[in-house]
Amino acid sequence: MADSKDFVAGVDSNAKKSPRRIVFITRRTSAQVKAETEEQTQTFPEVLFRAAVAIMTLSVGLVWISLMFNAPLEGLADPSHTPNPAKAPWYFLGLQELLHYFPPVVAGVLVPGLVVMALIVIPYFRVNVEAEGLFLKDREKRLRIFYAVAGALSLFLLLYKSRLYNYALGIKGEAEPLYAGLVPTLIISGLMILASRSSPQSPSAFRRYLAARPLSYWVMTWFLFELVVLTAIGTFFRGPGWSWVWPWQG
Amino acid sequence: MAKTMDQYFDDLRGTRVWRSIFRSGTGSSTLKRALAIQQNVFLHLFSTKVRARMLSFSATWYLGTLTLGTFLLLVATGIPLMLYYHPSAPQAYADTKDLQFVVSSGLFLRNLHRWSAHAMVFLVFAHMFKVFYRGAYRTPREFNWVIGVVLLLITLLLSYTGYLLPWDQLAYWAITVGSNIASAVPMIGDKIHFLLLGGNAVNANALLRFYVLHCMILPLAAMFFVAIHFWRIRKDGGLYAHSSEPAVLRANAAKSPTSRTEREKWGTPADAKEGQ
Repeated sequence: MADSKDFVAGVDSNAKKSPRRIVFITRRTSAQVKAETEEQTQTFPEVLFRAAVAIMTLSVGLVWISLMFNAPLEGLADPSHTPNPAKAPWYFLGLQELLHYFPPVVAGVLVPGLVVMALIVIPYFRVNVEAEGLFLKDREKRLRIFYAVAGALSLFLLLYKSRLYNYALGIKGEAEPLYAGLVPTLIISGLMILASRSSPQSPSAFRRYLAARPLSYWVMTWFLFELVVLTAIGTFFRGPGWSWVWPWQG
Repeated sequence: MAKTMDQYFDDLRGTRVWRSIFRSGTGSSTLKRALAIQQNVFLHLFSTKVRARMLSFSATWYLGTLTLGTFLLLVATGIPLMLYYHPSAPQAYADTKDLQFVVSSGLFLRNLHRWSAHAMVFLVFAHMFKVFYRGAYRTPREFNWVIGVVLLLITLLLSYTGYLLPWDQLAYWAITVGSNIASAVPMIGDKIHFLLLGGNAVNANALLRFYVLHCMILPLAAMFFVAIHFWRIRKDGGLYAHSSEPAVLRANAAKSPTSRTEREKWGTPADAKEGQ
């Protein structure tokens, strides 16, 4: 028998020979002890085996990609010959796209700095830990704040570097409204308005889902949306002089 | 009767030499399996048991595990690549060309290293968003989330410093564009830029600095923080599962205590508040 027990349970009166351990569990700690009653799996071998399978599957995929596609290698580095456009690695192209719209100190320092700070402090805000639906409490007050913030942000994105902005500052040049910022902001705002008009008792599962989303969810989803959109534009839609090109225009 | 492979393996694990190395002996009892984790310097970072439902694919998408996988692949391919590479300009470019056309499997090694690096950056981001949407940053896991953010930054820096090493046009100008952002920092921007590159522009000094950062300082930093990251998972009570959190269980039980025994089992509402 593989699983034969290597101990014998019993009671012995000789305390020196077979000491018994007594555990006192107070009422307060017992909840934690009792809570761990759900089914558990041994890390060795089950979890390690699964991790190994996951990593091997990934390796097979990456080996296949490496056999099919070669890593890019261009000519020798030449400081006197600037390629047009000169692009950063793809994960920084969102930032580079942002640099196209805003001065370097804003797009290159302030925004990334604030993003990192915001990521770090997420778990330290009680509102993120409780994670209750944004509009379930104090609905009127929160809606007012939301309209003010979303309205101000959208207006800023709409007017910034638009014809009106250029005209007011006497800048000659092509107007380039910040659609990359505006469109995701409007879509997320629309979903938030829908959430404010939904309740946890709604017959639609989608609206029940929206109603239960907390503030942190909306902020993070907006950030993720912007990150994907800006990175995609920087990667696929920017050509010489950082002008807009369609991917199929080569 | 002839012995099976398993029996041979069991015999091997029972030998004095094996036991002197791995400390825990043969056997598939719960105790022996727990010892296999607990008594191993690397594996003891993990807990000996895991909640069964956290193993389902949907719980984590295995994104953390896969990120570790890319890191291991990068170390495994990065070390052989170092053997064929001199961090000096323009020799670095010639070495990369040799990897491409002369060294056996050099092209494959470089491809695998490059695509794994892209995969790692992508997986780190995916892991972060998955953890966020699960709400797994909640108490007591706040600090492990912060370590995760540090690891995200280290990953970006690892990828960024590696980008320069082939010393081709793509590398040179990508780093030029990226490092110019550092100059935008008010007051000390130019000083940071100079410190990063070892000069006012991307040159041979920058290549050497990026090489040292890429092959030594940043991987060591990554390993250091990854070790803490894994260890904290165990210390913080395993992977986060909302409905298994002690505070949540107590709060739920406090809402509808069916009997006095139930209340004693789960604690009172006052306890639940305290536990949050």
